[in-house]
Amino acid sequence: MPYALREALAAFRRSPALTGLSCAMIALSLFIVGLFGIVAYNIRRTIERVESRVEVVAYLRDDASPNAVELAQREIAAFPEVQRVYYVSRDEALELARRDLVEFRAVFDDLDVNPLPASFEVRLRPGQRGADAVKAVARRIGSYPFVEDVRFGSEWLDKVFLLRRVAGAATLLLGGAFAVVAALIIATAVRMAVFARKDEIAVMRLVGATESFVRRPFLLEGLFTGLAGSILALVATYGLFRVLSGAVVQLEWIPATWLALGLAVGAFLGFAASALAVRRHLREI
Amino acid sequence: MIRLSHVCMEYPRTGLALDDVTFMLKKGEFCFLTGHSGAGKSTVLRLIHMAERPTGGEVRVSGYSSTRIREKDVAMLRRKIGYIFQDFRLLANRTAAENVAFALEVTGARSNVIRSKVARLLGHVGLASKAEALPGELSGGEQQRVAVARALAHEPLVLLADEPTGNLDERASWGIFELFRGINASGTAVLLATHDLDLVRKSPGVRLLELDHGRLVYDSAAVAA
Ligand SMILES: Nc1ncnc2c1ncn2[C@@H]1O[C@H](COP(=O)(O)OP(=O)(O)O)[C@@H](O)[C@H]1O
Ligand SMILES: [Mg+2]
Repeated sequence: MPYALREALAAFRRSPALTGLSCAMIALSLFIVGLFGIVAYNIRRTIERVESRVEVVAYLRDDASPNAVELAQREIAAFPEVQRVYYVSRDEALELARRDLVEFRAVFDDLDVNPLPASFEVRLRPGQRGADAVKAVARRIGSYPFVEDVRFGSEWLDKVFLLRRVAGAATLLLGGAFAVVAALIIATAVRMAVFARKDEIAVMRLVGATESFVRRPFLLEGLFTGLAGSILALVATYGLFRVLSGAVVQLEWIPATWLALGLAVGAFLGFAASALAVRRHLREI
Repeated sequence: MIRLSHVCMEYPRTGLALDDVTFMLKKGEFCFLTGHSGAGKSTVLRLIHMAERPTGGEVRVSGYSSTRIREKDVAMLRRKIGYIFQDFRLLANRTAAENVAFALEVTGARSNVIRSKVARLLGHVGLASKAEALPGELSGGEQQRVAVARALAHEPLVLLADEPTGNLDERASWGIFELFRGINASGTAVLLATHDLDLVRKSPGVRLLELDHGRLVYDSAAVAA
């Protein structure tokens, strides 16, 4: 085994408590980020699903003239944001209601008059399904005199976006704070490792080892600590995911690229923290 | 191979440790560096090792100049210099063989050449049978022999010895000194800093430099010339 690798591993044996603490702090910081990863990923998936179905529904007055309705349908279909406009007549609405709301079929069968209005179901083009586009289209459709009411999912979407932003900010703050603490602890661990190996370092310099060679075990130690911490975080995140996903809501596990990125971030954090620390402390001895 | 030109070394608190020191050490030469305690002997050796840079003048070693050498080259230069101390500076938790191997390991030698080389080096200093002993299990003379084996690991051009016999009894001192003479006989220059004038007296005809309060006051080579 090369010298640097052996010495880096020896550092874990020499001060397990400190190394363990460094690992734990990195793990905690990435665990928080990981939790947000799950939340963010699932919110994103939900938004994608909702957006692919985003429709503006305009309910029409019963007294709307068929000519005006037909003209309006053509006008609306010509809006740049609009992909397609379906006209759902009162009879079709009742038919759909009977089919979709099985539990209430008896209610609908007993009806003497059809209470449901006719409607336009307006489907927007992909890329035009953001909250602003939806609102603009809804406002224009709402200005037809025979349109009784316009519904769209925008308020709900706004809330989802807001939730995502709040969750993101909270994670950045918390995760960042723990990352800073982790970096400080790693720096302390490196400092102690440097002083524990003071004599060795002196002999290394004496016999002509390069400074980069002297530094290498400490950098590897930081890298391993970071990697071990992020693996720990991964395991903890997955554990919590399994617990939550079954019991509370149906969640999707985050994609592999996100996981790889998380591991890389953890490893880099450990590496960078020890690189900064070792530069300083090697100059002192 | 080693040339000090008008070297001055001034420390912030203790003042001038070396004052306009000029001398040259040729390839394969054996030379004593003497002087009272505090005369500046160790400082000369540290400057040659490029552990410090002079505050005035220039130190040239094997083509490298103290005024221009880069950090990376310092490491390369040190592989051409063996360094021996009064207090041996062995790693206490490593065996004699591991101490010697360490010098090779940390300079990137391949592990398959290290084993045979270490055995040969320990044999050379007469310690083949003590290879697995820790420094604490060896006598002072034996520890210094391990240090010499380590110093020879890179087949250095010069051996710098800073009071190498300072912690040893007379017999052991003489043994180490004989070892240096043998090493010098096979072509390695030796610069031996000592205030032990006994060694000097027993070695007539050997080059002698004397420092006094940081000034070079005697150079047998200059007197002869
Ligand atoms: N690192 C240092 N910092 C300050 N002063 C030093 C340092 N090293 C040596 N000196 C001073 O330089 C002078 C020469 O010291 P040194 O070279 O160790 O003498 P010698 O080896 O001949 O006994 C002494 O006065 C000592 O106090
Ligand atoms: Mg000295």
